[in-house]
Amino acid sequence: MRDVFIIGTGQTPVAEHWDLGLRELGAMAIRKAMEDAGVETVDALFVGNMLGGAVNGQENLGALLADAADLLPIEAWKIEAACASGGAAVRAAALSVAAGAHEVAVAIGIEKMTDAVGDQVASGLATASDGDYEASHGLSFVALSALMMRRYMHETGVCREAFAPFAVNAHQNAAANANAMFREPISAEQFARSPLVAAPIGVLDAAPVCDGAAALVVCSRDFLQSHHKAVRIAAAAGATDTIGLAGRPDLLTLRVAKASAEKAYAASGFGPKDIDFFEAHDAFTIITALSLEACGFAPRGEALKRAAHGCFAPGGCVPVSTFGGLKARGHPVGASGAYQIVEATAQLRGEAGANQIQGARVALTQSIGGHGSIAVAHILEA
Amino acid sequence: MDLPRYHRLTAPYYRLEGQRCAACGAVQFPPRPACGACRSADLATYRFSGRGTVYSFAEVSQAPKGFSGPYVVAMVELEEGVRVTAQLTDVEPEDVEIGMPVEMVTRRIQEKGPQGYLVYGYKFRPVLQASSQIEQRKAS
Repeated sequence: MRDVFIIGTGQTPVAEHWDLGLRELGAMAIRKAMEDAGVETVDALFVGNMLGGAVNGQENLGALLADAADLLPIEAWKIEAACASGGAAVRAAALSVAAGAHEVAVAIGIEKMTDAVGDQVASGLATASDGDYEASHGLSFVALSALMMRRYMHETGVCREAFAPFAVNAHQNAAANANAMFREPISAEQFARSPLVAAPIGVLDAAPVCDGAAALVVCSRDFLQSHHKAVRIAAAAGATDTIGLAGRPDLLTLRVAKASAEKAYAASGFGPKDIDFFEAHDAFTIITALSLEACGFAPRGEALKRAAHGCFAPGGCVPVSTFGGLKARGHPVGASGAYQIVEATAQLRGEAGANQIQGARVALTQSIGGHGSIAVAHILEA
Repeated sequence: MDLPRYHRLTAPYYRLEGQRCAACGAVQFPPRPACGACRSADLATYRFSGRGTVYSFAEVSQAPKGFSGPYVVAMVELEEGVRVTAQLTDVEPEDVEIGMPVEMVTRRIQEKGPQGYLVYGYKFRPVLQASSQIEQRKAS
């Protein structure tokens, strides 16, 4: 397999974009990424998206976005992996280049969640779980994560307030990110007082419903030119686990996070100690905790203790959510995995401004879908 | 839930029917194409006792389409060792705790299907003994 490099990134702000649809958001991110890479054309487009059918009534996003971004007649299709769709699209684009099928390709993660109102978004999100045995019984997306959080609290003896550092850190980091949805810092006291959505999960444990698109141009070594500020994809790996939460022997071991990270560690030759920062899938604070433990940054049941000591804040042992993460930059579900990689690329290029992790050379990004039933991890090297 | 799907799921929904593997004896729920333990396809229908304990639980405040909250959902560990997620019924959220003994009952699980019929399936309620313990706790 050939080496693959990221040579261009583009993103829209994450927000409730009432005046923009899938085609506008998609074209903006794609054209920005191509401009950043200095390319006029690409060989293929891979679209990561989760809710096009359920919320927008729009599938066939390959054609929709190739058309909107004036890339016709290139090869283009949609990759769906629930909330990990954006990461999966980057993986698919990179694989196509690594295999030699394409020299240069675009991956985009895109989600337009505000095209529907009321419970349609919640119902759409629930399609990532087991339709016959979870969603059909009223187990909402949030409720399934709440089952994990309650069990974590039971086994480790921590209270829900102990999850605050992850949300506080995310909001703090989003403050300087012009593309973030929530740029106001929050306090641990505000976290503790936030209303419960699905007890024990509160509003400030959870990432928001929003819109956004993030795109990357990836290419082969042969395609690289001297003006490119290239970041190498050192390794990437996907993994799956049981579709239903009840099928897992241990509710508190996020096996997809562990498997995807360990495969990426093995393929890249890097380990947890080499990772300078980690863009984790912080859709809920419990998922951040379980991801950190699964990826080797904390022993089982210890992530909150380390968070309390500032281990995952800027300047800590492994900074997470360096631009605000899903929690505060925002979580346009099928786009988030691509946002993570766009942000990690900015860090590794030294272009992160006030969010810059000094000396960052190796990054881990991990996008997780369906309560830990699917995941994609990327290790990037400056 | 549309009628064809409901029809397909009535056995597991009404009676908590899973499978028992004739080759290795493992039981599983929901039904699968092969035994999850040994991959044998020699599977017989197995009706779970419906008795178990609460392994974890959560309170749903914002109910998905077709449901009306608030209600409590749980992951229940059945006495056969298999876990299942479902709603709890006949209990107040503040009375639920991990480890509480529960039993399966067949109840209405969706308010109203899109064609106007009712969808029934399993829920879990505190077993009689646990109910009386709750009453005792409240009294004391």
